[in-house]
Amino acid sequence: MVPVDWYMALAAALFLIGALGMLLRRNALVMFMCIELMLNAVNLTLISAGRVMNDINGQVAVFFILVVAAAEVVVGLAIIVAIFRRRATASVDELSELRG
Amino acid sequence: MVEGILFVIAGLAALAGAVTVVVARNPVYSAVGLLGTLFSVAVLYVLQLAHLVAAVQVIVYAGAVMTLFLFVIMLIGVDQEETRSESLPLQRIWVGMLAVGMILFAAGVTLFGDFEWVPAASATFIEGNTNGTIQAIAEPLFTDWVLAFEATALLLTIAAAAAVVLAQFKRKRS
Repeated sequence: MVPVDWYMALAAALFLIGALGMLLRRNALVMFMCIELMLNAVNLTLISAGRVMNDINGQVAVFFILVVAAAEVVVGLAIIVAIFRRRATASVDELSELRG
Repeated sequence: MVEGILFVIAGLAALAGAVTVVVARNPVYSAVGLLGTLFSVAVLYVLQLAHLVAAVQVIVYAGAVMTLFLFVIMLIGVDQEETRSESLPLQRIWVGMLAVGMILFAAGVTLFGDFEWVPAASATFIEGNTNGTIQAIAEPLFTDWVLAFEATALLLTIAAAAAVVLAQFKRKRS
């Protein structure tokens, strides 16, 4: 049995990569994918922790997170498409209409 | 032993996919990298006996969500070069410093601190308790968490309706 530390370290690395992508990229779609990456890292920690704590509820929580992430993707991509139709860009740097 | 080998393979694949998501210039490559990461994470789920969650991960994430992503990438156009100019001064340098700081902090805490990844972890692993079969997941899902289950069902309905409303965007006549 692989020690849970390895899974947790891998999940931390995935989360870090996702966070860095979120900070570095400007393409709204790629930023969205980085959010999915971070969500997956958290899911991995939940599964690993649930396993070593002998608790099935970790997997139930991951199940709910999957459903909510699917809903989030649907609305988020619809918003990106709507913005693209109006502005013809997917770069977040050019969306500065709310600048004071 | 088998779990160790599979963990190394799937873990490296997950990391490679994640790096691809961040560094690829073309969004399609990013999507494919994310797809690889999602599959690898599904393998890691199977290694931890989360069978149902692994299946749902492949069907919902790798199937539905990534298809949606690729559709939108194709719709928006893949040939758009990302702007390289930095509107925030020194953004990359700051991000690099932040990353190094986070890694050093985490390494310091894990190596030198009184640190456990899962504090309440039991020493003995009971095979049956977390064997994530459909039955094992469904029992708490439809007893303890039935309210949350209904709420997510409502959430999905609202999200679908919202997507339809957003897709019916009409250009304002000025």
